Amino acid sequence: MTYTHFKFEVDADGIALITFDSPNVSMNVLSNAVMAEMGDMVEKIAADDAIKGAVITSGKKAFCAGADLSELGGGMGALAGKSEEEAKEALFEVAYRLNQSLRALETCGKPIAAAINGLALGGGFEVTLACHYRVMATDTGAKLGLPESLVGVLPGGGGTQRLPRLVGVMNAAPIMLQGKQFDAETAKAQGVVHEIAPASEIVAKAKELVKADPMGAKQPWDQDKFKLPGGGPYHPAGMQVFMGASPMLLKETYGNYPAQRYILSCVYEGLQVPMDAALRIESRYFTKLLMRPESRNMIRSLFLSKQALEKGARRPAGQTKGEIKKIAVIGAGFMGAGVATVSAQAGIEVVLIDVNQEGADKGKAHVAAHFAKGVKRGKLTQEAADAKTNLVTATTDYSMLKDVDLVVEAVFENSELKHKITKAAEEHLPADAIFGSNTSTIPITSLAKASSRPENFIGIHFFSPVEKMMLVELIVGEKTGDKAISLALDFVGKIKKTPIVVADTRGFYANRCVMRYIEQGMYMLTEGVKPALIENGARMAGMPVGPLSLQDEVAIDLGYKVLQQTKADLGEAAVAGPNATVIEKMYDLGRYGRKNQKGFYVYSDSGKQLWDELDQFAPNGKLLDEQPSVDEIKDRILYAQAIEAARTMEENIVADPREADVGSILAWGFAPYTGGVLSFIDTIGAKAFVARADELKGKYGEPFNVPELLRDMAAKGETFYKRFNPEKAAA
Amino acid sequence: MTEAYIYDATRTPRGKGKKNGSLHEITALQLATQQLEAIRDRNNLDTSFVDDVVLGCVSPVGEQGADIARAAALNAGYAETASGFQVNRFCASGLEATNLAAAKVMSGEADLAIGGGVEAMSRVPMGSDGGAMAVDPEMAFDHYFVPQGVSADLIASKYGYSRDDVDAYAVESQRRAGQAWKEGRFKNSVVPVKNQLGLTQLDHDEIMRPETDMQSLASLKPSFEALSAMVGLDRVAIQKYPDIEKINFVHHAGNSSGIVDGAAAILIGSKEMGEKLGLKPRARIKAMASIGSEPTIMLTGPAPSARKALKKAGMSPDDIDLYEMNEAFASVVLRFMEDLGVDHSKTNVNGGAIAMGHPLGATGAMILGTVLDELERTGKGTGLATLCVGGGMGTATIIERV
Repeated sequence: MTYTHFKFEVDADGIALITFDSPNVSMNVLSNAVMAEMGDMVEKIAADDAIKGAVITSGKKAFCAGADLSELGGGMGALAGKSEEEAKEALFEVAYRLNQSLRALETCGKPIAAAINGLALGGGFEVTLACHYRVMATDTGAKLGLPESLVGVLPGGGGTQRLPRLVGVMNAAPIMLQGKQFDAETAKAQGVVHEIAPASEIVAKAKELVKADPMGAKQPWDQDKFKLPGGGPYHPAGMQVFMGASPMLLKETYGNYPAQRYILSCVYEGLQVPMDAALRIESRYFTKLLMRPESRNMIRSLFLSKQALEKGARRPAGQTKGEIKKIAVIGAGFMGAGVATVSAQAGIEVVLIDVNQEGADKGKAHVAAHFAKGVKRGKLTQEAADAKTNLVTATTDYSMLKDVDLVVEAVFENSELKHKITKAAEEHLPADAIFGSNTSTIPITSLAKASSRPENFIGIHFFSPVEKMMLVELIVGEKTGDKAISLALDFVGKIKKTPIVVADTRGFYANRCVMRYIEQGMYMLTEGVKPALIENGARMAGMPVGPLSLQDEVAIDLGYKVLQQTKADLGEAAVAGPNATVIEKMYDLGRYGRKNQKGFYVYSDSGKQLWDELDQFAPNGKLLDEQPSVDEIKDRILYAQAIEAARTMEENIVADPREADVGSILAWGFAPYTGGVLSFIDTIGAKAFVARADELKGKYGEPFNVPELLRDMAAKGETFYKRFNPEKAAA
Repeated sequence: MTEAYIYDATRTPRGKGKKNGSLHEITALQLATQQLEAIRDRNNLDTSFVDDVVLGCVSPVGEQGADIARAAALNAGYAETASGFQVNRFCASGLEATNLAAAKVMSGEADLAIGGGVEAMSRVPMGSDGGAMAVDPEMAFDHYFVPQGVSADLIASKYGYSRDDVDAYAVESQRRAGQAWKEGRFKNSVVPVKNQLGLTQLDHDEIMRPETDMQSLASLKPSFEALSAMVGLDRVAIQKYPDIEKINFVHHAGNSSGIVDGAAAILIGSKEMGEKLGLKPRARIKAMASIGSEPTIMLTGPAPSARKALKKAGMSPDDIDLYEMNEAFASVVLRFMEDLGVDHSKTNVNGGAIAMGHPLGATGAMILGTVLDELERTGKGTGLATLCVGGGMGTATIIERV
């Protein structure tokens, strides 16, 4: 038989060399077709006396990146119309098939070795774990890892069973639960692989291991005298690990991430039984997980949608991918220097301009410091760091803009100043260069008025700190042209961030929604909710920090200034409410947040603590006798943001639900387990969501006023992904 | 229903629960055996009348495993017809064993039974029996399980007991226990433990520090803070109690119960059986109750269990002359007294486990004996013994002198 995804060659010693090399793709992934072929090969190896053993390697740069997640999503579709029990059975059967094939591989009676030439993640790594021997390349940057839990699934190819049996629960935990990846040296030190060698030697070394076969073609856990390293759940040492593992995980996840929890259960239950039973348990938890909304939503937003957006899903029709080689950043402050850093990181030449040379140099020093950190951590060589830093030219000379492809303006939030700079830049810019303003609040259309070519003018909104925050919001002004959007997408792609394209409005998309979050904190303070309950409730809802803490980080005086600006622009009534009351009072008290060590929290060397005089914002300075339940707090916090996001969809600020979802997670950390703001609504269902929102509105007012769009969706039984169908076949 | 009477109560002195403790070289079987022997010998008991021996034991594995009650009864030379079984209600095991013995008498299943308990903590360390409660992820994730010490600190945080409050309680416990020993108030119950030669190995509670003062306690580091910081136990507790910003870690070795070795036994029978054997009843079991309570804060069960028993007895908290509330942690007793509205002047008047130790499986029976001794000494009538219990439970027993 010939194979589509594999080359199968038996050498003179009777050792089969299986080369994984799927056609027409750059990366091998485990699909149903791949597994079927692998099953066939295992049978052949077992049955053919002429074959003494086998070595599995890859014909591509990477070994294998794991399971085909889009296939996983498709599999869920096939369950439509089935009863819950039937769906469970059907799904389990699919999930268990992978475990059965890999179990067949390790029990085929002949020694199998993996020659890991490159990256082996998830299912790819699990295939190697089902081999008796592993040899890993040292010179290709190859890494191993089980990143499944990061997108809400669990290693379903025996990873939760074989890895802890190989290296102990303590060592396996961060790999399974946090998706930690590790290189050949670490893999050898931990005993994950048997040998490491340059890539050119790994197949030969693997064949030697197969020939010598010290384990007699049996995995350690199939040996009579197998002892679990570090001990199982009821071994004195192992028990300590398990007793610590759950609280550690619960502390981080607040119980919102079933993948991690099920992984722990797989390990706990699986380690108490033999491998065959253990694999059934793993497949059951895998199935259970796939039937939960968290994993479906996380796969969609954090993997499929994010990838689609990065590949340019929002590139206007008729535009093609271009190349950004040189940019200018005007304003070398914290944001500007950050933009220069990530650009240089991506190999883009940067002209970093500030009002004086000192300011520009300071910005460049920020860039140099960033790369120096990389050198210190062993991630960069000194030469590479120098080369990247040298891509940045610090200057005050606008004439250097003459050959840039794009400008990112990152000066203070002041319309006049921005206008001035736009004009100054355009005097020197090439005619087709794009001008991007990194404003976070001022409408792009108004800024573009200063431009002589508004079709080339766009908002490129970075989040702080630029080096860390993965989202860039592109804001399309009234006159912004398709080419500007396309080139901005090229830029975001090149610096390896995720773009969303939104229409022009005050606060754009992200800041508009996040304001609603912070505002709920203020509402609750003024209602007499215990501050600790507000903050804990928010974190339990899945937000990275509580609203009061977030306002402290953003700075209360900044909030005050935005408030005054909005008042000036839109009038007193536009801002009146608990938010203004609290912020203005805090500002008057000189409590600006973390920046001056006092805000909603008091900051000291020993940490931070809620200010003990926040009661003053409660009615008559008295906290509610009966505090709301934490579920009520969680709903308020999540609903307020989701309703605002729905409104941006209604107003066509955001056009694609994928952008709303991915944006909400990457920009302000909206409860990632929900899959984002709109997935949150879709999962609850528009009808139930509207009913609950109406209830909340009755109690807490305007922030819970749902847009007509949601009522219409509720009436029609629609979801965002159905109504705004981003792809023909919505995932 | 038949009434159940207490005819006798004994306990071992409590040995330091470490390898250098006096009772570390005495088996758990011997601790239990000697208690059963004492009950028999002090009462000239014909053990063929003993229907059942019920012993509490919290880590029933190793030498404490496989039904130590039956083993001890046989080893004490009881008649073969005296059956035995072991029960585990964590810290209240000894009291639950006594309650079960009483219930057997009340129901008519037994006429004479022994309740008690044993725990050689230096030999079979806490946690030796494993248990899903602390280990299976399902328990942690769905029920916010935290270790008891964190629960005790949670109580202190929620109800506002400061480090000074709990330390002051501990100082007083030590003072009371010291005075009680000095005045020989435990002499009626304490049966010295004999060694392999039959010579006295220990005749007093070994870990007491009656000289303890606020200053000496002040230097002790909180016991559960470091572990909490490492694995986030406090954050788990707060997820169940989200109105609390921070756990105030106030408990340490000096204001928590001591780890000790010990055993206890209580002889319980019907009135008729007592008369037949010529035994004098010392008290009547008036009511018993066990309850479940919120498991994360875990240790607030004593008050509701006391309330339940009081209700069954048709009594109010004020009707009880003396309370024994096991001093697992200082905050637990403070909370109990506050919740039930009971004054410290009639609670743990002779100190408690903070001073003398808490041999898990035995303590319940020990404190029931202690309250009975004190009622007799002071000529008072009614007593209530209660303990907080792991997993969020409480057990209480009310007795009345006759």
